[in-house]
Amino acid sequence: MNREIEDLLRRLAPRVLGTLVRRHGQFEACEDAVQEALLAASVQWPEQGVPSKPMGWLVTVATRRLADQWRSEAARRARELAVSMEPAPDDDPSRDVDDTLRLLFLCCHPKLSAPSQVALTLRAVGGLTTAQIGHAFLVPEATMAQRISRAKQTIKGAGLPDGPERLPTVLQVLYLIFNEGYTATSGPDLQRVELAAEAIRLTREVHRLLPENGEVAGLLALMLLTDARRESRSVDGVLVPLAEQNRDRWDRTRIKEGVELVTGALPKGPAGPYLMQAAIAAIHDEAPSTEETDWTEVLILYKILDRTAPNPVVTLNRAIATAMVHGPAEALALLATLDDDKRIAGHYRLDAVRGHLLDLAGEHDRAREHYQRAARLTLSVPEREYLLRKAAHRP
Amino acid sequence: MKYLLIMQVNHEVLDALSEDERKLVMEGHGAFMKTVQDSGEFILTQALADPANSTVVTGTGGAPVVSDGPFLEAKEFMGGYYMIDCESKERAIEIAKLIPDAKVKGLSIEIRPVMYSAGADL
Repeated sequence: MNREIEDLLRRLAPRVLGTLVRRHGQFEACEDAVQEALLAASVQWPEQGVPSKPMGWLVTVATRRLADQWRSEAARRARELAVSMEPAPDDDPSRDVDDTLRLLFLCCHPKLSAPSQVALTLRAVGGLTTAQIGHAFLVPEATMAQRISRAKQTIKGAGLPDGPERLPTVLQVLYLIFNEGYTATSGPDLQRVELAAEAIRLTREVHRLLPENGEVAGLLALMLLTDARRESRSVDGVLVPLAEQNRDRWDRTRIKEGVELVTGALPKGPAGPYLMQAAIAAIHDEAPSTEETDWTEVLILYKILDRTAPNPVVTLNRAIATAMVHGPAEALALLATLDDDKRIAGHYRLDAVRGHLLDLAGEHDRAREHYQRAARLTLSVPEREYLLRKAAHRP
Repeated sequence: MKYLLIMQVNHEVLDALSEDERKLVMEGHGAFMKTVQDSGEFILTQALADPANSTVVTGTGGAPVVSDGPFLEAKEFMGGYYMIDCESKERAIEIAKLIPDAKVKGLSIEIRPVMYSAGADL
């Protein structure tokens, strides 16, 4: 299937599904019908050309499939459906917009576990096949199929929710998808779906639907500004820290877009955690080197973030910025406040950051111990390689 | 997140089980597998032959040395494992508690996170 048609189909998938669910309820049945319609389009369109109203075409075909499905299940349902059968809509475009958002809210139903929310979002909103999703998460297709089917059963009967109270969960799910792709450690694989790109695509869609929302803009910016550094993030399977990355290889287009999003959203009101993190990422991405980074500004932002959205990982990052502004002794004192924090106890990053700060303080032997411990605790192969090198390095 | 649930077993404990108890454990594994399959968290399971059947290849820096018998003469050994993919370590613990071994005094399940996977099905 050619790329343009595939992109078009994946863009239309959530709108078609949203329309069907709004009209007929029964998410599970509608989802199956839309998958079949997408499959039919992927076969017919490249040969016969894209219909003039692709959205209407898909809704009509999916509705027919839904009718077939119901007819074979129960005559009563088919009669009900006959009543609600309508000609293809390209009716009110604002409706499609609402449908897509509400579909996202449905996929991020609080009754579902995070892996189920992720899988369902990628399938129903992202328009990916079960096999593609399984492949992306290195899980057998049968496992993913069962996970999706269980998720659909769980939310069976739940209509499309209106409320924006699920937006934070949606953003969290999108960020999970992004991170899964960004930190993926598996080897080169042409079939592996680009999860980071997919997360950016979906977040871009949410931003288009909610352009005034600062956290949506912030998340999109954070993804772009992080993804901009992807190429230089590891070399030969070994993690390269920010300070040592080749900044010439950073993606300037992504950085420009991310920075514009941040500067556009910041004046609109109090910044939430995603926007704050994006603002910090923007400072790093615009700096020509670690030395020329405005660490005072970074530190101020981390202090605000640590106060408004307290979290041990933020404190860790704040300690790194503190070292750059006030020296390692003050940073180590800040790190000590995390020693009794159960949320981060046993996490490799506590040891990795302590190793880094002790190195800065000239205590290389103690630094080595912490690097070694961090190397044992991490769950990422490139990170482990980096930490082992730091442990072996004698300055 | 993928975890290996390693069933650490022990001859003394297994030998002391009555036939009925052994049957309960066996059936329990079937029921357990159905539970994690239905939830979409099951990836793979293998039961291993007794370590009496093991052969060990040991690196020496030169030609590797081959010897019969288990790697370690220990009371506990790995009897088999389940590989699962679930939300969190807390969920992995919850799942491990459902394995019938968790109800037999003296048997343990070790939960280890997976760091890298590859394979035909993935």
